[in-house]
Amino acid sequence: MKFLRRLAARIVGHAIRIFARAITAVRADWQGIEPVPRQRVYFANHTSNGDMPMIWAALPPALRREVRPVAAADYWLKNKLRAFVGPEVFNCVLVDRRPEVKDKPMDKIIAALDEGASLIIFPEGNRNMTDDPLLPFKAGLYNMGLARPDIDLVPTWVANLNEIMPKGEVIPLPLICTVTFGAPIHVEDGEDKDAFLARASDALVALAPEVTQ
Amino acid sequence: MSPTTVDILLLAFGSSGILIGLTFLGEVLRARQTPGTQNPVLETFMTRIQSWWGMVAFVGGALLLGKFGVMLLFAFCSFAALREFLTLTTKALADHKSLALAFFVVLPLQYVFVGMGWTGMYTVFIPVYAFLLLPIMSALRGNADRFLVRVAETQWALMIAVFCVSHVPALINLELGQSSDRSVLMIAFLVMVVQFGDLLEYFFGRRIGRRKIAPGLSPKTREGVFCGVISAMCIGALLHWITPFGILGAAGMAGVASFVGMLGSLVFAAIKRDRGVKDWSHLIPGQGGFVDQLDSVIFAAPIFYHLTAYFYG
Repeated sequence: MKFLRRLAARIVGHAIRIFARAITAVRADWQGIEPVPRQRVYFANHTSNGDMPMIWAALPPALRREVRPVAAADYWLKNKLRAFVGPEVFNCVLVDRRPEVKDKPMDKIIAALDEGASLIIFPEGNRNMTDDPLLPFKAGLYNMGLARPDIDLVPTWVANLNEIMPKGEVIPLPLICTVTFGAPIHVEDGEDKDAFLARASDALVALAPEVTQ
Repeated sequence: MSPTTVDILLLAFGSSGILIGLTFLGEVLRARQTPGTQNPVLETFMTRIQSWWGMVAFVGGALLLGKFGVMLLFAFCSFAALREFLTLTTKALADHKSLALAFFVVLPLQYVFVGMGWTGMYTVFIPVYAFLLLPIMSALRGNADRFLVRVAETQWALMIAVFCVSHVPALINLELGQSSDRSVLMIAFLVMVVQFGDLLEYFFGRRIGRRKIAPGLSPKTREGVFCGVISAMCIGALLHWITPFGILGAAGMAGVASFVGMLGSLVFAAIKRDRGVKDWSHLIPGQGGFVDQLDSVIFAAPIFYHLTAYFYG
């Protein structure tokens, strides 16, 4: 039974990747960083539910096997299908965002890092529905960088997804999606939280492709 | 084998022969380099040759499969071109439904009409029905911000990527006073004269080009375009046996198609410059996107279609 579930998870994973490629021709653009299997935290902008699968599909296979997206437990445990896809296909680290829960998100994230996994996180916390390029970052990224200073924090810009799959729409538009990975950053000695988060946010926005409209 | 199949195979072997020659030339140039160095122009050239191999294989295979294969191939080209185009146009959330309609209803229907040979429909479907319907869909969502820009750019994308591209396979439907399955060869004729004309225009432009046609927009020169069109005419005359045009007619049609195509690729250069991109996408190694590869064929196709229908139909 366990074997069958694992097999099903692999097949669904391939199907999701092929679907993402067929619709958006998703491409990874590595700027100032190489696609090599190092332990990394990819922090990305968040405009659509398709962001995480898109980054996942854009990563080369060796990196995809090692990566675990950090995602909200309330979303991924809502029904049986999601409970299969989130934890088993994407191998998500599920965190509970409710303040009354004992199980603190950061503990689970640090535990995953100590097991050697790379992570995908969305430091804005929620999907960005505004016209600003990014919402203010939550503290999580800083805490990770402080707790495990050797790990590369990689800014990851997902372009176009708010148009491909906006909130509330069912049919995805086939537009070309580029996932840009930038040079890694680290928390520097004595850098405080706000300064670091501002620097991380700038590094991420700098990757957004400029299309003059 | 029918005579048409034999002709398609001859064209495929001929093109393969030219590509083998070009690949060999590239390898000779590579071997003459100092070991360990790389010439970027040569490497680009070799990547392009590889993409050309792919093109010959796909177009040749589609022509051999007949009508269905041709429709499928060009419907896919339209899809890829429309995706590249709409990635760069102005749009709002209110356009989501009308853009989805463009991709998943308008595009397939256009190819169904072309496949059915329903001339009265496929020549007006996008310029009339889609033109009126899609703005209605967008207006119903009630967002007036940059409305005219949004609907105009979407319509332009559909005209270029679907309407114009679909006129290549539509050549099959022309009744040219010959046995009916030979119309498929008109596709090979159009694609070959336009693409080889482009290649030679590039070659001569680099060699002897001096006066630019549109400085600041494209490196195309008057000398390059002139030599390219003359070359296309020669190739057209050489290929006259697959057309109903006769030698002079084939040269004339090839010249017109090639010339219109080159001017068309200037238009695409202007759009790219306006949007601040170098290529339409990354999907064809060495060439950029599908629109980069097809740009001149896109402009030439409807003109070639209608001139052929008018003079030889």
